[in-house]
Amino acid sequence: MSIKEIQDEIVSEFEMFDDWMQRYEYMIELGKDLPLIDEQYKTDDNIIKGCQSKVWVHADLEGEQLNFTADSDAIITKGIIAILIRAFSGQHPKDIMEADMNFIDEIGLKEHLSPTRANGLVSMIKQLKLYAVAYQTQLK
Amino acid sequence: MLSMIDIQKIRADFPILNREVNGKPLIYFDNAATSQTPQVVIDAIVEYYTVYNANIHRGVHTLSQEATDAYEVARKKVQQHFNAKHDYEMILTAGTTHAINIVATGFTSFLKEGDEIIVSAMEHHSNIVPWQMLCERTGASLKVIPMTEQGVLMMDVYEELLSKKTKLVFVNHVSNALGTVNPIEFIIEKAHAVGAAVLLDGAQATPHLKPDVQALDVDFYVASAHKLCGPTGVGVLYGKEEWLNKLPPYQGGGDMIDQVTFEKTTYAGLPFKFEAGTPNICGGIAFGVALDYLNDLGFENIAAYEKELLDYATKALKEIEGLRIYGEADEKTAVISFNVGNIHPYDIGTIVDKLGVAVRTGHHCAQPIMDFFKIPGTVRASFAFYNTKEEIDTFVEAVKKAVMMLS
Repeated sequence: MSIKEIQDEIVSEFEMFDDWMQRYEYMIELGKDLPLIDEQYKTDDNIIKGCQSKVWVHADLEGEQLNFTADSDAIITKGIIAILIRAFSGQHPKDIMEADMNFIDEIGLKEHLSPTRANGLVSMIKQLKLYAVAYQTQLK
Repeated sequence: MLSMIDIQKIRADFPILNREVNGKPLIYFDNAATSQTPQVVIDAIVEYYTVYNANIHRGVHTLSQEATDAYEVARKKVQQHFNAKHDYEMILTAGTTHAINIVATGFTSFLKEGDEIIVSAMEHHSNIVPWQMLCERTGASLKVIPMTEQGVLMMDVYEELLSKKTKLVFVNHVSNALGTVNPIEFIIEKAHAVGAAVLLDGAQATPHLKPDVQALDVDFYVASAHKLCGPTGVGVLYGKEEWLNKLPPYQGGGDMIDQVTFEKTTYAGLPFKFEAGTPNICGGIAFGVALDYLNDLGFENIAAYEKELLDYATKALKEIEGLRIYGEADEKTAVISFNVGNIHPYDIGTIVDKLGVAVRTGHHCAQPIMDFFKIPGTVRASFAFYNTKEEIDTFVEAVKKAVMMLS
């Protein structure tokens, strides 16, 4: 599936809920499926700055696909990063770089998109895309 | 003591309390970060810009005179509020941090290698960094008064830290993260006994009590208007006259000079020596109005009512399984810092915000305290005199809901 198709799938899953509480509960559930980062990569270098909670992200290139693993000490943050990784993992770095992120708005998490919001969703997206840029250069 | 009728009247003074957040009536429990603004203060700000906005201390025209008079009246109000001996001992600053930096920078010329500065283990970052910088500049060293698990400073260790080498002691009157009211009378007396000066940070104390700088015999006292129902960007540095005369100016600029030639400048007297440039005129005036508002309510009334809120909330929160309160000093202001089990404070803060309650989460700019308790941060609810027990009930229910979702 393409990034866009996965995003649409996530959006349709979230559309099943009518209130924010159910959406948050679902996000927390998704956090439980997050592909966890290997302990050796849980270093300060891999912490995404700009979050009140700690978020570690690691990327591995397999062939031409980028795979992400991550973790966080906060449950909601874990849910947010799980959603992002689900959309990006297994994709070509170039597609990740160019991916539109409007689906965040559509799943009712728009408030998290403000760059001044302390949860750092914007920083997370930026970091994932930075990995993509780095590996794209390597592929060339 | 304020009655429920009084509280309803008081709430009507704060227009922001009528708004909704996420479709729920706002419950504002982040008062330790900043307080809300009563209509009289908002009116004073509007009036200033509508009627007599002008630069002060220089113009001969009517507007400038009116603005200067209003600003100096505000300084008088600040003086009376803190019971300082002279109005020129009240330096109007951009806030507490600015005020602390004036003293920390000024002390550069008084310190040498081997001298010591004492701070407490429960300081805000703004109270640690300027002293570290001062130590780097002068070769002086920084000593720290430790605290107990209850969040109480260890006075026996403090006494051991004091010596002839101690030149300055700096503590917050009340801790922002824990709410502990520190034993400042003892701290001041012991510091003076070894010839050290004392600077108290009153940012968290002043919303709840009225310090008397003369009775305390404190050398410097700093506070911010925005925690006292005033605007942001205004604060005060109280300094004893003899200290302020000794202390060199912090910034050069207009308003702080006596004579200027390219060879030499002589400085203006107090308080202008420390007030370079055009100050926050409107903010200063509004600060005076905010102090009037609070004094009309009466700090004894405010303290008694807030104590009632604190006790009520503490009792209700403690019934939540796994909830731990950080800062359990006998003497504390209406601040409750807590965590529930291993749930991240950020998670709880996010959910209760969705339920309309504003609390602070994180390390509260006091990382050393969080390191001490080995936690990433806390949820902090801080109450003001315009909050109610009904709001606390809603908040406690919100926390319970959050805990249910998150565990």
